[in-house]
Amino acid sequence: MKTIYTDALVIGGGLAGLRAAIGVRRAGHDVIVLSLVPPKRSHSAAAQGGMQASLGNTNKGLGDNEDIHFADTVKGSDWGCDQDVARMFVNTAPKAVRELAAWGVPWGRVSRGSHEHVIDGKTVSLPERDDAHGMIAARNFGGTQKWRTCYVSDGTGHSMLYTMSNQAIAENIPVHERMEAISLIHDGERCYGAVVRNLMTGELVTYIAKATCIATGGYGRIYRATTNAVINEGMGTAIALETGVATLGNMEAVQFHPTGIFPAGILVTEGCRGDGGLLLDRDLHRFMPDYEPEKKELASRDVVSRWMEHHILSGKGVQSRFGEHLWLDIRLLGKKHIEGKLREVKEICEYFLGVDPIKDLIPVRPCQHYSMGGVRTNYKGESPQLRGLFAAGEAACWDMHGFNRLGGNSVAETAVAGMIVGEFMADYVGTEGADITVSTALIRDAYNMQASRLAGYCNSKGNENPFHIMRSMQELMSSNVAIFRHGDKLQEAVSQLQALRERAKNIAVHSSARGGSPELVAAYRVESMLRLSLCVAQGALAREESRGAHFREDFKLRNDKDWLCRTLASWNMSEDFMPTLNYEPLDVMKMEMPPGWRGYGAKDRVDHPDTPVRQAEVDSIKAKYENGNRFDCQDELMAYRAKLPEALQGKNARLGEDDNGRLVEAGK
Amino acid sequence: MNTIPVKQVEAGAGEYRKLTVNIFRHNPQDENSVPHMDTFEVEEADSMTLFILLNEIRENQDPTVQFDFVCRAGICGSCAMLVNGRPKLACRTLTQELPQVLNLAPLPGFELIGDLSVNTGKWMRNMSEHLETWIHNREQERDFCELEEKMEPEVADKIYELERCVECGCCIAACGTAQMRADFVGAVGINQLARFKIDPRDDRTDADFYEVLGTEEGVFGCMTLLGCDDMCPKELPLAQQIAYMRRKMALAEV
Repeated sequence: MKTIYTDALVIGGGLAGLRAAIGVRRAGHDVIVLSLVPPKRSHSAAAQGGMQASLGNTNKGLGDNEDIHFADTVKGSDWGCDQDVARMFVNTAPKAVRELAAWGVPWGRVSRGSHEHVIDGKTVSLPERDDAHGMIAARNFGGTQKWRTCYVSDGTGHSMLYTMSNQAIAENIPVHERMEAISLIHDGERCYGAVVRNLMTGELVTYIAKATCIATGGYGRIYRATTNAVINEGMGTAIALETGVATLGNMEAVQFHPTGIFPAGILVTEGCRGDGGLLLDRDLHRFMPDYEPEKKELASRDVVSRWMEHHILSGKGVQSRFGEHLWLDIRLLGKKHIEGKLREVKEICEYFLGVDPIKDLIPVRPCQHYSMGGVRTNYKGESPQLRGLFAAGEAACWDMHGFNRLGGNSVAETAVAGMIVGEFMADYVGTEGADITVSTALIRDAYNMQASRLAGYCNSKGNENPFHIMRSMQELMSSNVAIFRHGDKLQEAVSQLQALRERAKNIAVHSSARGGSPELVAAYRVESMLRLSLCVAQGALAREESRGAHFREDFKLRNDKDWLCRTLASWNMSEDFMPTLNYEPLDVMKMEMPPGWRGYGAKDRVDHPDTPVRQAEVDSIKAKYENGNRFDCQDELMAYRAKLPEALQGKNARLGEDDNGRLVEAGK
Repeated sequence: MNTIPVKQVEAGAGEYRKLTVNIFRHNPQDENSVPHMDTFEVEEADSMTLFILLNEIRENQDPTVQFDFVCRAGICGSCAMLVNGRPKLACRTLTQELPQVLNLAPLPGFELIGDLSVNTGKWMRNMSEHLETWIHNREQERDFCELEEKMEPEVADKIYELERCVECGCCIAACGTAQMRADFVGAVGINQLARFKIDPRDDRTDADFYEVLGTEEGVFGCMTLLGCDDMCPKELPLAQQIAYMRRKMALAEV
C-alpha cells in the first residue's frame, strides 16, 4: 500500500480547487491537487457567458455595487441562501476578477463612445464614459438589475481556467492527474485524507492530509438531459455522504438551464438572451412577455425554464422527430456580434446542429444544468460534522445560491470560494489543532475496505450491466425529478431508485485486465450516484412547497412559514437504505433582506411570522442612513465583514464612488 | 450517450447505415496485450457523433474500450483521436460526414494510456513548465481592492484570439518535427508564448523568450509542414504565430 502525506489535499482540479490550492500554497504549506482529468479539461472550462462582479464600469452597470449584487443573489436564491455568505461573496467578487486580470485573463474591456446593443428586441445606442475606457466591461444576464457579468467573449470559463491552471503551475503545485478519490479516510470526527484510485493503472493509493477539500463540481450526470460534462457525477459529494457523518445540503435544489440545444443537450450561454436573443414558439411568437412582462427572457433561470416547459405543454412547442422544442433567435444580434462575442455558440450550432445562428433559429429546450446542493459547510467552507473536511465550488452547499443560482454567479463562486476557503484552510493547516496522529491501522482498514469492494465487482456472479443501470437512473431522474415535480411522481422515483439499488447489487465486471477499467469505474460510481439521486428525490418529496428551482405542482406556493430552512441529508451506512433528512432553519430576524417578491415569477407565498417584524426594523435602519454611508448602514443591518479572512475585508474601489460608497460622478 | 431522450416521431428505421468501426486496442498495463484492431458493427442514428458511437459500443458491446471525453461539446479538448488517419475532436465529429468504414486510433506523439486514450495532460504540463506559460510580472503583489489596470479593448481581444487553444494535441499529432523530437514544444507551445508576448502584463523580453524558443526544440525545429495549422480544430492561426515568433527570435538581441 502506497501512502502519500501532505498538508492539504484538494480533490478536484477545476477553478475552485485550483484557487483554494493556490491560497494554501501561498501561505507556505504543501498541497496536492487530485484531478480526474488534466485540470484544463475541467468542467469550469465550459462556463461560456461570464462571471458576476459589481465593478460598475459600463453604461448599464453604472451605480452597481455590492448591495445590488447581494439583493439580486438573495432574490435569485428565493431567500434560501445564507445571507452572510452571500455578503462575503459579493464583497470578494470584484477582488477575484481583478486578481484574475492581473494573472492574465483577457477580460472584455470598455471602449469609449457609442455602441449598439439589442435590448428587448430593439437596437439602441449606449454611450460609454471616457474614463472607463480600458476598464473591465460587463454584459447583461438574467435575474440582475445591472449589467454585471464580466466576460471573455463566450469563453470566459476557458480563459479563467487556463489562467488559474497556469498560475498553479507557476506556484509549483503538484496536480496528480487521472486520480479519483473513492472514499474519505476518517474516524467519525476528523477527516484524514482519501483512498484514491489511479485511473490509468487501477492502483489504489492513500493520501493523508491535515485538511481535505472537496471541489469536484456538480452531480448533473444523475440526469439524462444535462449540460454537464461526463465527469460531473458528483463523486466528491458522494464520498462525503458516505462517511455517514458529513451532511449534504439542499440536494433537491437542482437548476435547469433554459437553453440546452436540442437534442444534443449542449449549453448555449445565457449571454445569448442577455445580449438580446429572444425565445420563440412554433408560431414564431415571442412568448416570454406574456408570462413575465417585466423581465421577459431575463427573468431568472428557474422561472424561464418553467415557462418554457409550460408553453410546450400548452401545445406551442415545435414538433420534431426527437420530440418538442422551442426556438432561440439570436439573428437580430447580427453577424459581427455573433462571430465576436458568441463564437463558441456559433461553433456548437454548426457542429452539432448544422445550423448557422446568423441566419437560422436555434432549437432549444431546458435541461439540467447546476446543482445548488452539495457538501454542507459553514461560512469557512468546513463541514460542521467532520473536522478537517472542507468543500468549495459547486460541490459545496456553502450556501450562497439557496434554491436557485443566478447566471454568472457560478464561475464567480468558484474563484471567490477558492480565495476564501483557501485562506481558511491555510489558517487551519497552520494551527496546532490541525496536527494529526492518525494510526496506520485506520489507513489500512480504509484501504482494505475499498480494495475488497472493488474486488467484489470483479468476482461477482451477477448479471447486471452498470452502464444500463446508470441509464435507467438518469432517465428516471429526468422524467420524475425534473422541472415540474409532483408527490406521486417523486414517490415513484424513490421506489424505482430503490429497485435500481437492488439490481446494482448484482453488477458484475467482466474484465480482469489491469488498468483503468471503464466498466469497473461505472460500477462503483453508479452505486454512489444512486445514493445522491435518492437524496435529491427524497428531499424533493419531503419539501412540500415551491422555492426557486424546486417547483411542486401539488404545493405551488413558496412557504416561508414552514419551509424557510435548509435540507440536510446524511446517510447511515450501516442502515444503508435511505438518506436521513434533517432541517436547519434560516433565521429571518438575522437577515439583511427579509423574504419578499423576487420581481419575477409568482407573487403569492406564505409569509413567515417574523417577516413583517424584521422588515420594519430593516426599513427604519435604511431610513436612518438614506443618502448616508452605505457601509455603516449595511453594518447595522447585518455585520458580516469580520467573517471574511482579513486580506479580503477591504472595500472595493469603483470609478466615481466616494468614501460613503455613493456614486458622485454619475454619468460623467 | 446522455443526450436529451430521443423520441422518434417519424419512423426512420431501415434507412440507416451499418457502420464498421475499427478501433485500435492495446493495454500497456497488461503485459500480454498485443496492439491490434477490433471491429464493431453499429447502426448509425440521426445526429450521431463519435461520442455517441463510442459510448454505444462500450455500453452494449465491449465495456473495456478506453477513450476520453469530458465536455462532449468541443470545448475541453479531451477527445482528440485519429479518425481515418486525421486528428480530430471526436465529440463533434458527426458520423454522417464519414464513410461507412471508420478507423479510430490514438493520437501519436503522446504516451498511450490504453486504446484511444493518451496522456496529453502530462505532455502539456511539461510544456507549460518548460516555457513558463504564465504572466511574468516584476511588480509586487497588487491590492485587488484598487481599480484594475486598464487595457486597450483590441489588445484584450487579440490575446483571447490566441488563448482559444484547448491543448487537444491535434497540432502535435499532425506535426512532423514533434513525431521525431520528443522535446519539440510544438505549435501549441509556440502559440502560447506568442499569446504572452503580446500581453502587456507580461514583462518578458524577446531575449527571455529566446532562452526557451530560439532552439531546435522551439521555433527553429519547425519544418513548416503546416499540419498544425491544417488540423487545429479551433482554427487558430498557428503557422502565422510560428512565423511571427521565428522572425522575432531571429532578430532578437541576446
